[in-house]
Amino acid sequence: MKILVCISKTPDTTAKIAFTDNNTKFATEGVQWIINPYDEWYALVRAIELKEKDPTTVLHLVNVGGSENDAIIRKALALGGDEAIRVNLESQDSFTIASQIAQVAKDGGYDLVFTGKETIDYNGSSIGGMVAELLDWPYVSLATKLELNGSNASLTREIEGGEETVEASLPLVVSAQKGMAEQRIPNMKGIMGARTKPLKVGEPVAVEALTSIAGFELPPAKAGVKLVPADNPEELVRLLHEEAKVI
Amino acid sequence: MSVLVYIDHTDGEIKKSSLEAASYGAQLASQLGVAAHGLVLGTLNADLPALGKQGLQKVHQVKNDSLNQFDPGQQAAMVAEAVTNLGATVVVVSNNVTGKALGPRLSARLKAGLVAGAVALPDTSNGFVVKKAVFSGKAFAQIAVSSPIKIIALTPNAFSVTNGDGSAEVADINLTVPAAKIKVTGTNKIKGQIPLSEAELVVSGGRGLKGPENWGMIEELADLLGAATACSRPVADSHWRPHHEHVGQTGGAVAPNLYFAVGISGAIQHLAGVNRSKVIVVINKDPEAPFFKAADYGIVGDAFEVMPKIIDSVKKLKGK
Repeated sequence: MKILVCISKTPDTTAKIAFTDNNTKFATEGVQWIINPYDEWYALVRAIELKEKDPTTVLHLVNVGGSENDAIIRKALALGGDEAIRVNLESQDSFTIASQIAQVAKDGGYDLVFTGKETIDYNGSSIGGMVAELLDWPYVSLATKLELNGSNASLTREIEGGEETVEASLPLVVSAQKGMAEQRIPNMKGIMGARTKPLKVGEPVAVEALTSIAGFELPPAKAGVKLVPADNPEELVRLLHEEAKVI
Repeated sequence: MSVLVYIDHTDGEIKKSSLEAASYGAQLASQLGVAAHGLVLGTLNADLPALGKQGLQKVHQVKNDSLNQFDPGQQAAMVAEAVTNLGATVVVVSNNVTGKALGPRLSARLKAGLVAGAVALPDTSNGFVVKKAVFSGKAFAQIAVSSPIKIIALTPNAFSVTNGDGSAEVADINLTVPAAKIKVTGTNKIKGQIPLSEAELVVSGGRGLKGPENWGMIEELADLLGAATACSRPVADSHWRPHHEHVGQTGGAVAPNLYFAVGISGAIQHLAGVNRSKVIVVINKDPEAPFFKAADYGIVGDAFEVMPKIIDSVKKLKGK
């Protein structure tokens, strides 16, 4: 069994969101970078659990980006995984990133590609589906559970107002979300070990981007909260009905 | 030339998010001066000509029961064939649980740029630029699509369903049905509840409610309003409420017309899941709760004293 986990670098959840260069670039100054939580807590940890269950499992991580991503990749390796591959390409759009990951997956002969359900910066939820299509593999999105039984996978995925259980054969692409695993904190042994794990740098395949970011904008500032006295909550209901017209 | 809207359905009915996508697709088609068509894979009970009310002129259907289940690879291959046959230049899907799998597959298959999570009609005055929410709702990005075919995955509850008086022509379309690669073995839906992702109104509770036994007032208010119920992360983690109700950075993101938060302090991770709500109401006894900064209306007070009065007042409003 060979598993490939996609690791994305995102600003910390509490990072201040601001833009520079006439609102065309994200202002990175002072921003703490983290592993995209969905990739880390759910996709990576579940893959590590599968390797713990079956130690013959080979677990690799893949990231697309420049050398500034190496610190995040080492952090991921501190949690687990045998080695990481960084495709040396400044990220453009989802399609160019997915094309690199698909190539790595094809070259490496993986059985299972794991992503988080989305990144917390661009919220595209796109990489898994694109990789699956490029490889012509089945794709199970928004999965909350995954069990492997030989070359068969049983999964649970979110649907509107509930969940459904599905089965698919490997090779398979899965996007993971809450329920799949629990967040882990890397221990000292993991952190020390991560320093010597291979971090291979691969050259990108040439792909043309399909989209680009023309600009960013911040939502209009809220007018401020209108406080209703606690002894007159009926007034709140009146405002919601007559002023906001939402009830 | 046409705009093709993928009509997603469940339990024989068209999803509300697809009616929004149809309304969006029809308005986009009229903006571009082209026809608006729909595509239905599978069978349903819903009245397909009624999609004319949302502005679709023609609905193409592949009547085949086996297509009613989730298999985004199969769906992408069929939609791609329809796009080619019909000469569509824009495909609109809802960015719902189906669209999040179908949209990216279709994008890679057709080499067509995808805007996942669009919140407004494209600006076509100079190219094709679509606004979408980024950074978990804390900002928006304008995405320019450069490929000849464009795919827009529309955020649920970001665009209103239009209700005109048209009627759509319904015709069978012959598309190759590839072998299914995913087998659905069971579904578990919470009966009688409004799915959180489709709800226009949401009543949500946090740790300030002290325990699951106090959720009666959240449920009662939600019931009166026809709202879905939600909760904060600590509540779901303590198993006071089921995980699918968890709203926030690591749970679900919602964008209802009203998000009514009771006893939730409003940590930044929670705000990331709700900050696209149109109106936010916060009830919290702590005047320093950060949620008040993101709220439109608020009451600084004890939920256990305030909520019964609110419920009584809503009952009067609804004539109950």
